[in-house]
Amino acid sequence: MIRFVARENVPRWLDFVVPLASVVLAMVVAGIMLAATGHNPLTTYQHIVQASLTQPGALSQTLVSMTPLMFTGLAAAVAFRMRLWNIGGEGQLYWGAIGAAGAGLYFHSLPGWLLIPLMMAAGLLAGTLWAAIPGVLRAYLNTNEILTTLMLNYVAANVMYYLIFDSTSYWRDLTSPSAKVFPQGKNLPAAASWPAFQVGSLTIPFGLIVAVGLAVLLWGMIRATRYGFEMRVLADSPAAGKYAGIRTRRKILSLMAISGGIAGLGGASQVGDFSHVLDPRGLEQAGFGYTGIVVAALARYNPLAVVVTSFFIGMLVNAGFALQGPGFPIGLTGTMEGILLFCVLGAEIFTRHRLEIRLPHARPKTQIPAPPVAVGPARGETS
Amino acid sequence: MADDLAMASGQPAAPLGGTPVPDRAGPASDGAGPIPALAARGITKHFPGVVANSQVEFEVLPGEIHALLGENGAGKTTLCNVMTGLYRPDEGYVEVGGEPVRFHSPRDAHEAGIFMVHQHFRLVQPLTVAENMILGWSHERGMWFSPHRVEREIAKVAERFRMPIDPRAKIWQLSVGEQQRVEILKALYRGARILILDEPTTVLTSQEVTQLFSTLREMTATGTSVVFISHKLPEVLAVSDRVTVLRAGRAVGTLRTADTDARSLAHMMVGRDIVLTRRRKAPGDHIGEAVLGLEDVSATGDLGTPALVGVSLRVRAGEIVGVAGVAGNGQRELAEVIAGERPATSGTVTIAGMPQRGTPWEAIDAGLGYVPEERIGVGVAPGMTIADNLILKSYREDGHGLILHARQALQNAAELIERFAIAARGPKTLARELSGGNIQRLLLARELSGHPRALIAASPTRGLDVAATDTVHRLLAQSAGDGVGVLLISEDLDEILDLSDRIAVMYRGRVVGVVDRDDADVDRIGLMMAGVGS
Repeated sequence: MIRFVARENVPRWLDFVVPLASVVLAMVVAGIMLAATGHNPLTTYQHIVQASLTQPGALSQTLVSMTPLMFTGLAAAVAFRMRLWNIGGEGQLYWGAIGAAGAGLYFHSLPGWLLIPLMMAAGLLAGTLWAAIPGVLRAYLNTNEILTTLMLNYVAANVMYYLIFDSTSYWRDLTSPSAKVFPQGKNLPAAASWPAFQVGSLTIPFGLIVAVGLAVLLWGMIRATRYGFEMRVLADSPAAGKYAGIRTRRKILSLMAISGGIAGLGGASQVGDFSHVLDPRGLEQAGFGYTGIVVAALARYNPLAVVVTSFFIGMLVNAGFALQGPGFPIGLTGTMEGILLFCVLGAEIFTRHRLEIRLPHARPKTQIPAPPVAVGPARGETS
Repeated sequence: MADDLAMASGQPAAPLGGTPVPDRAGPASDGAGPIPALAARGITKHFPGVVANSQVEFEVLPGEIHALLGENGAGKTTLCNVMTGLYRPDEGYVEVGGEPVRFHSPRDAHEAGIFMVHQHFRLVQPLTVAENMILGWSHERGMWFSPHRVEREIAKVAERFRMPIDPRAKIWQLSVGEQQRVEILKALYRGARILILDEPTTVLTSQEVTQLFSTLREMTATGTSVVFISHKLPEVLAVSDRVTVLRAGRAVGTLRTADTDARSLAHMMVGRDIVLTRRRKAPGDHIGEAVLGLEDVSATGDLGTPALVGVSLRVRAGEIVGVAGVAGNGQRELAEVIAGERPATSGTVTIAGMPQRGTPWEAIDAGLGYVPEERIGVGVAPGMTIADNLILKSYREDGHGLILHARQALQNAAELIERFAIAARGPKTLARELSGGNIQRLLLARELSGHPRALIAASPTRGLDVAATDTVHRLLAQSAGDGVGVLLISEDLDEILDLSDRIAVMYRGRVVGVVDRDDADVDRIGLMMAGVGS
């Protein structure tokens, strides 16, 4: 018989060993899956490392892949930290992209040093407002935010498609020859392209620097500010928070807004750093918002750890593009991501529990005195 | 599984879910005296930083009520958790009927006929009594169960032990006393031969306590053994056959109840003589203006029924006003309305001259200290450190700007831990690692160090041991002496009589009378609590 027994005290080293061991386990399990689908696990892993780290330009590409994931990962982590389950990072990111693209197009005559902050502000604001809808519903009507944020993702996606495919909106390109063949967004002016920094052969997108700065800021906020203190109290016991005079509704609403703003900023970065156009298909296929939940969960909602986990998932995403081909469906990398998440989250049980194995034949019966009085149901009946 | 076969094939419940351990000390079957139904042999159990049990020897004979007496944190609950398979001992072992056993889980203990009724009931509120009784019981294997059969059987057991209960009632409809009855019946229905009750009387009214005691005697008359965990001397003396006293994790001794008295038991329990009764000296002259005022306040309870009906009450600076009453007559709602946690449907609440609109932060800002009835999860955030819990209310004022002053909080915590004698490893200890008495000290340390104008103390000593109770009483008296207006809500009439200057009696959401301490007459108050006269 195998069972989990709760540990009465958790040794500190387990906090490090368990996640590491679970990554190794994930690699083994994913290796089995690779082998079963006719791929040599070792060469595949080698490919992954090459395609995401060692090949020329690979690391820079991984930084590109991880940037939006860090934004959505932070957005999810900060909300989840207070047990506010905002899984609407996806839709909030769409709105951030819509806002930033709109600002970039509208203020096209402004110089970059003015235009880029405006795009960031527009993305932030759009994401914030979109997240404020489920925030208000949760804070004042106690509506389940999981459902509302999820549903609003589809609404946001439809709005985005409408702007490019089904309307003559401000975002849609109606003049260029290629746009006559297939609907597409207007290209942003050159001044709206966010800068990238060159360190040796490495290209660091501006958005990545913003995201890392944000991660440090959020980490400090949770640890050292009054706002973060209130978050921690409400995460631990909502009733104690209410008792202590914390304005719970405001907190829920504001944290939801912060979370949405971060995701929106991710959308702005996606437009400003990389695509320079509002591209509904690309954004929807990438699924940054949903992958961000994975990033946050792997980081256990710690903003600093999000930097690491988004890099890790960014590597996988990037390698997926390189590996993808007739013999290697893109779904396979998604499956590997899933296995990783499953192992790392599943392994958490081992930090707080230990496995106990005992063999059934090692349980001889010990006679105890018959009950002085037979109390209980008639035992002859079987169900 | 062998056990399941035995269950299904109609054998008497003999299988024991445990593997024998090497026969080291030899069971107590050496011919001297009857074989104990349940025994702990040299149990040692460590927790990080504490030895909860150290070489504890404990025996319960068949048909005996054996009290386990000790202060909070003395190791009573730990010992019982070891005997019911919830914890495994670091050293020593458990014997059932003279045979050493090793329990891997409470289920093993259940199979051996050992059941525990915890302080906090393990009942599922929306389910019925019958459903709760069979919940998680491996005896009911199939997908379906026949409610009628189970209800019939429960009725039979209930009748046998004279514990009337409606098997079809939902748990949330039952009073706390009735819920406890369900827990006990559940154990009996599942074939308990040894029943462990952890502080069973804390939640009961005095009538319910009397009823519980007669139930226990009924049970022992049929050969069932009872382990009665308590720190209340009068109850232990009233109900038990023998007493084992635990102090700081060690068994200090086992006595026949008939051969001992309250004074010597108290001495064994605390390790020194304690004063069992005390009266606060009357504060006399320095009673000031009203710091807490309720004017015709009404409010509804959780189920939407009227919980407070036109309550008017005044607490002046420097006095303690006691609120007496049987639990559930509006005391909890009274505290919640004053603290701003429950809206008043009509009437006004004034704290230190400031009319309240009914939010917790307003009440705190006006200078209200509040020791809530529910300490863990409301008064204290269990997953946070002592230092964090101590600044739970003051974090808004201290320092400047956005930043929390962590170092200052730690320093502050170290001082308060010292001043209020909180037994903890340090300011970074998590609140949930503290014993009940120390959690209450932590709470009082925070509330009193905030220099409140008015203080509500709701059941401040419920579940606390003698020493902690004494500390709480001293602190309450002291703060009244310092000019705080204290509203003491308690079901313990002795406590109210000991501490209060005036006593308000509540019955069905109304204050049915306010009497001065000097005119207080226990019988009259008792009648008022029962809704007779005023």
